[in-house]
Amino acid sequence: MREPALDGMVQTVLDRPEPLFRKGNTNCGGCGMSSTLQMLGHAVAERRVQLVIPAACAAVAGGTFPQSTFGVPTLMTTFAAAAAAASGMASVAALNDEDMRVIVLAGDGGTFDIGFASLSAAAERNEDILFICYDNEIYGNTGGQRSSATPAGAVTTNTPDGKVEQKKDILAVLAAHRIPYAASVSLAHADDTLRKLRFALDQKGFRFLHVLSPCPTGWKSEPALGLELVRLAVRSGLFPIYEIFDGKRYVVNIEPDFSDQALDMYLSLQRRFQKSGLTAADLRPAIERYWQNLRALSGRIVPARRDA
Amino acid sequence: MTAQLLSANHGAALAATLAARANRDGRGFCSGVYPITPSTECMEYLCQQQIEKGRVIRVESEHSAMGVCIGAASAGARTFTATSSNGLAYMYENCIAAACLRLPVVLAVANRTLGPPWNIWADHSDALTLRDHGLIQFYCADNQELFDTVLCAFRLAEDRRVMMPVMVNMEGFILSHTVAQTEIPDQSQVDAFLPLTDIPHRLDRTPHTLGQIEVPHQTEMHRWQHHNAMLAVPAIYGEIQDRFADIFGRRPDDPVVPYRAEDADTLIVSLGTIGSTAERAAEMMRARGDRVGALRVRLFRPLPADAIRAAFAGKKRIAVIDRDIGLGIGGVLWSELRHLADPATVMQNYVAGLGGGDIRPEHMMKMLADLEARDGGGAPAMMEAV
Repeated sequence: MREPALDGMVQTVLDRPEPLFRKGNTNCGGCGMSSTLQMLGHAVAERRVQLVIPAACAAVAGGTFPQSTFGVPTLMTTFAAAAAAASGMASVAALNDEDMRVIVLAGDGGTFDIGFASLSAAAERNEDILFICYDNEIYGNTGGQRSSATPAGAVTTNTPDGKVEQKKDILAVLAAHRIPYAASVSLAHADDTLRKLRFALDQKGFRFLHVLSPCPTGWKSEPALGLELVRLAVRSGLFPIYEIFDGKRYVVNIEPDFSDQALDMYLSLQRRFQKSGLTAADLRPAIERYWQNLRALSGRIVPARRDA
Repeated sequence: MTAQLLSANHGAALAATLAARANRDGRGFCSGVYPITPSTECMEYLCQQQIEKGRVIRVESEHSAMGVCIGAASAGARTFTATSSNGLAYMYENCIAAACLRLPVVLAVANRTLGPPWNIWADHSDALTLRDHGLIQFYCADNQELFDTVLCAFRLAEDRRVMMPVMVNMEGFILSHTVAQTEIPDQSQVDAFLPLTDIPHRLDRTPHTLGQIEVPHQTEMHRWQHHNAMLAVPAIYGEIQDRFADIFGRRPDDPVVPYRAEDADTLIVSLGTIGSTAERAAEMMRARGDRVGALRVRLFRPLPADAIRAAFAGKKRIAVIDRDIGLGIGGVLWSELRHLADPATVMQNYVAGLGGGDIRPEHMMKMLADLEARDGGGAPAMMEAV
């Protein structure tokens, strides 16, 4: 694995006159949503965007009235209504011939669970929306309860012995909607993040990005190790990085080394897996099954690249 | 101006369509809709209209229907949706959000019983549950009134001094499905009546956030501002009545509609179409020599307390009929009005027609006989038990 080259990808003063995510926000240290927003601000550059945010950590991140942490016009919606409200906003922008990107920023609760009905419906209607899910695999804002994005074996505040059920495969669900673009994003690979954000921003129709978003508070991990955890999840094959075009063309973007070393390190660096004592050997069969399927879908029997 | 035979549902949708087209030179029109009996025909009719610079989004739930309206209004468009009963209940959260965000959404409600057990017939409980959350509420008695009120609702909701959602209520089937001749104005008249939608806090280019976290004193001040904006509604509605009369040649009813109330000893007070029946009952009682009048509360939020108090002054007896029941207290209308009558007035609550049962003039005459026999107001009574 090569370290991602940041070459000029970090936020600079040349980016936007206003950062998209301003200083003084209340996010925890090491929050993956903060990194997502930094990269989004960089990708957005001079494009005109509006944000829609359901109840989530991202709603708290906005700060208190009348100041706002978000450097773009933003609507806070009820938990389940983000994709619906974004449909209305994007429609009005289109009616007025505005070159506007409406972006939903939702957590896994607002995507996988309570927000799923309106998300699925907006995807089915192919609304002109970019829906970004920062998935911290937990209901972070309410103090860390399970979601359907929580992986099996993780302790949460309402699954004290570890969650039993598997994580929902959200990309497969979105692919079944045959939307123009769906992809998983690795925050640990800045080039991957930036390319996908830019590409998704400039597509028409419903675009969905799934970001694995480290949550030191919920994962019981070291804040400084957030991106390292993402890297380990990608490297071990646990969080596959790929794109789906029109629900049918699959492209794997980053080839894992599938090492047990990476997987064990991923598990051991988070106290949420301590109680269940999950090991690489426990996870390996499911990862292999997933990748067999992914290879079949992408038509790539042979690994693409090892060093992306 | 043309006359058309329309159901109230279709009338509401046609009024919304004319209002939508009237905003073609503004930010346009966008609506989210989802069907539910008995309001379904309203959204069907809307979906059949060609609206220049407009889009009607067929969403997957009432929650999302109001969600679309919230997004569209945040972007500065004119918005409208329609629902009933459990659809409204499913929409509650976003109705409250639209109100608290001060977005001028117009909502037509064909009132229906909440369930399960399922019952598709008329009941005011669905809308009354939303009485305290910053949505203006009108209750209509006939097709023309409903059509006119929907037009007025856009003007009222979008007035800068008001800026909040308006609910226009019609009892399911009793009014929503009644077909009657309705005077339909020309587009040019509606254009003259409705200014282009201009929502001052809409999302544009300035990076501000709608609906973010507030601390207690901010919430308190926002609620207080909202409350005071509500209190100003009757006066602003008066201006709208005048403007409406100038343009359309007929004047929409006042917030409180009296019928032979001035010289009456006894008043029948109600919401919606029950008020029309009460007028008939008053006539029948007067034919027998009893001085009975009727009072229909058309604007329920804000409650026009002064007008109601004035109409109640000096009355011997008042019957308040509720097609709803606040379980554990009694009729909702009655519980709101009970302190507005003179202490000497005998006021009695009759809960009637729950779940869509008929309330006919003869029922009212039975209630009045019961009222006549009372020395003072008692606990709410069920019509069928009287």
